[in-house]
Amino acid sequence: MLKKLLPFVEHAIKKPVWDCRMCGQCVLHSTGMTCPMTCPKTLRNGPCGGVRENGNCEVIPDMQCVWAKAYDRKESLPMPAVWKEHFNELRPPVDMRLQGSSSWINLITKRDQQTPAGWSIQDGAH
Amino acid sequence: MSLLREKLENSSDRVFTAEFPSIDGGGMASVARDAARLAPWFDAVNATDNPAAHAHTSNTTTAIAMQMHGLEPIMQIVCRDKNRLAIQSDLMGGALHGIENISLLTGDDVTAGDEPEARRVFDIDSTQAINITRIMMTGKYLSGRKINPAPNFYIGAVENAAAPPFDYRIERALKKHRAGASFLQLQICYHPDRLEAFCKGVAKIAPDLKLIPTVVLLKGSKALGFMNEKVAGIDVPKDTFARVASATDQAKEAYDLTLELAQHALSLPGVRGLHVTDFRHDDSLNNFMNDLGLKPRN
Repeated sequence: MLKKLLPFVEHAIKKPVWDCRMCGQCVLHSTGMTCPMTCPKTLRNGPCGGVRENGNCEVIPDMQCVWAKAYDRKESLPMPAVWKEHFNELRPPVDMRLQGSSSWINLITKRDQQTPAGWSIQDGAH
Repeated sequence: MSLLREKLENSSDRVFTAEFPSIDGGGMASVARDAARLAPWFDAVNATDNPAAHAHTSNTTTAIAMQMHGLEPIMQIVCRDKNRLAIQSDLMGGALHGIENISLLTGDDVTAGDEPEARRVFDIDSTQAINITRIMMTGKYLSGRKINPAPNFYIGAVENAAAPPFDYRIERALKKHRAGASFLQLQICYHPDRLEAFCKGVAKIAPDLKLIPTVVLLKGSKALGFMNEKVAGIDVPKDTFARVASATDQAKEAYDLTLELAQHALSLPGVRGLHVTDFRHDDSLNNFMNDLGLKPRN
């Protein structure tokens, strides 16, 4: 029941405020409270090289680059220091299976932290 | 070990890279012609992956064809047209043919190309693609499945030092470096001050990240204006444009401008060479390389 209801509630709140796309693995806190899924290229790790001279998006010329906005907001919005520290973390690929599910449930169950087995391999191979 | 890696990691020599022309027919004869033209000057040449969102001969097969003609490829992979499975198979295909240099980038949007109605993919972003390439070097696919033996890549990426948000560009370059990139080819830049701030900022924190800025040989103000208006992320300052547009000999002025930008770029910290894009298609490439103090290889 909750699993069916919560996505509706979450979307009703997050859509008007952040234009939430219900990816089900919310990273808003680490991206200056700016949703990276609203980037036409859905980039989760920073802006592409196509940002216009006025700071607007390559694809939608009238829209400010999502990552330019995120970077500004990270500095200007009041938020816990740890959220700011997370800004430059490497965010993993989106798990497409979570699309449409509630990120709140996925946060509590830690489902949103599951990554493919290879993702976390660290050996500094360069 | 690739020549590019050898030079960048084990010498202090400058490296010079270029772009292999997109192949739209013409067969191996055209590959041979272009390879012969570029081989005397360049350590490695980019095998592009549908540049500017236009379909061409694929990145892997171009890289293989270049290698067959004695030219060391840097195989580009963009995130626009392929999901994570296809990107990993590109990498494995490259490895099968001994291709070591890889450059991973976001890619222009489909709306920049001649098939703007196409579905854009962007299943993963360039930084994730870099990390996945690094993972594969440990003998695993992203899923954790084994690759035996592990492929050997020399990972590169791209950054645009001159596009907003400027301060963030340095952090993003460092993030790509942490993910696994050893070298960065930088987007064309007509703002020497921005390039300088970027290179200084990166070199201060990651002196082992090799920077390769790009310069372009152009015929005159028409091409310069086109880049300013049509190429995403490239801004040509008004004064720079006016300098070329008002010159009596535009071709010479454009050439001098490129030479100045190249010499400035080479003087910056962290910079280990140049990426040279030739849109003139005349004899100026040879003059340019000579003016930079280079001699053609045999």
